[in-house]
Amino acid sequence: MTVASNASNSFIMSLPSPVPEILTHPVGHGLVMGTIILTFFMLISAWSIWFERRFAGRMQSRVGPNVVGPAGLLQPIADAIKLLRKENLVPSGADKVLFWLSPPMTLFFTLATLAVIPLSEDLLVAELDIGLLWVLAFSGLLLFPTWIAGWASNNKYTLFASMRAVAQGISYEIPLLFSAIVPVVVVGSLSISDIVRYQGEHGWLLFWPLGPGALGFLIFFVASLAEANRIPFDVPEAESELVAGVTVEYSGMMYGLFPMTEYVHTLITSALASALFLGGWYGPFGWAPGVHWMVGKTLFLFFVIFWARWSLVRFRSDQLMRLCWVWLVPLSLLCVCGAALWVVYVGGVA
Amino acid sequence: MTQQWLPAFAYLAIAASASAIMIIAGLILRVKAKVDEPSKYDTYECGEEPDGNTWIRFHPRYYVVALVFVLFDAEAAFVLPWALNLRELGQFAILEMFLFLAVLMVGWLYAVRKGAIQWQ
Repeated sequence: MTVASNASNSFIMSLPSPVPEILTHPVGHGLVMGTIILTFFMLISAWSIWFERRFAGRMQSRVGPNVVGPAGLLQPIADAIKLLRKENLVPSGADKVLFWLSPPMTLFFTLATLAVIPLSEDLLVAELDIGLLWVLAFSGLLLFPTWIAGWASNNKYTLFASMRAVAQGISYEIPLLFSAIVPVVVVGSLSISDIVRYQGEHGWLLFWPLGPGALGFLIFFVASLAEANRIPFDVPEAESELVAGVTVEYSGMMYGLFPMTEYVHTLITSALASALFLGGWYGPFGWAPGVHWMVGKTLFLFFVIFWARWSLVRFRSDQLMRLCWVWLVPLSLLCVCGAALWVVYVGGVA
Repeated sequence: MTQQWLPAFAYLAIAASASAIMIIAGLILRVKAKVDEPSKYDTYECGEEPDGNTWIRFHPRYYVVALVFVLFDAEAAFVLPWALNLRELGQFAILEMFLFLAVLMVGWLYAVRKGAIQWQ
């Protein structure tokens, strides 16, 4: 009847024969598959912090973390233990409830977007027919915990940082939305799996339709960098001006959730970009599709983001707004128009 | 319908408990300081005593950006159903949407020329 049950069935088929009954139920499928995918993404994000620090060390002619474990591989675990053991301070005058609520909310909204990201034909939690809206809605909600953290801390730096974060977040949401509409126009579906399947048949959206595809991908990538507050768009936590952004007053695990969320968010964003524009689990030239393509493309985009971080300098606040409103917004609208023209006149639908 | 949505909502429970577990683990494992120094609860202001009220006045440009955002965000809500039905509607949909976007871009031009997005 529905696509989700198909997906869960094909996942069940790949398991050894006596299948536990709970896995055939949609809720069981959501719980088990959700745990697998969530753990996978969290582990990659944790060790990507180690990788980024090593990589940054190489780029700056130093070593990077190399003491804990072989080549410093146990560094994320050491960091986690350190953060867990630290005291959680709530500054005087802070709004206690909101202060405590913000870090778990950030992580929750970020992880929630994972539900509809397909790693392969059947490695996904749920195939919703409004999958793209689900992702955009939850990543839009991410602004609230950021702003709450800044407001509740009773600190001027965090307040400035959260105001900037919200201004930047809502501005870049517009080009993000419109460039994400380009695949929707071409494919005619909001389901991310449908978009990937279309690319399996007709080639990657990055290459075809030529103009809107490539430009749409570029805008999507830039806008999602800004949404994730990564350099060169990390104005909300500009260390030299705002100490540490909205996280100034946080300590212990409450603090730890913010950078962790940032990495998970960046990883999910790369996964979304590779599903929407780079053909998801399909290889180039119709090579054997599979989960390795999706993971490979995601990690490549993730690596490009690290690379940009250690190569580029931060934008100024006004340059950032100008780039968004004067260039990215009209360009992303042009992409949507171009894709629509292509669908109706070249795609031969009318 | 429910077949499609149940896994997603079950997953939300997993995501929520993952976030809660992190905080709770921190609460269980954390070390409590033996001496409670009152100044450690002060907010950070570059080592100075915090001065005045935190919730201060703001530049209105944030308000203007929020207004322009609402304009474009509401517009995206119209573009999504259009994008889904483009194939059936064909040329008619193209004409309609281009007119709509043209009107919107006049508003965009007005906002840019008026300096609504000029952060100086």
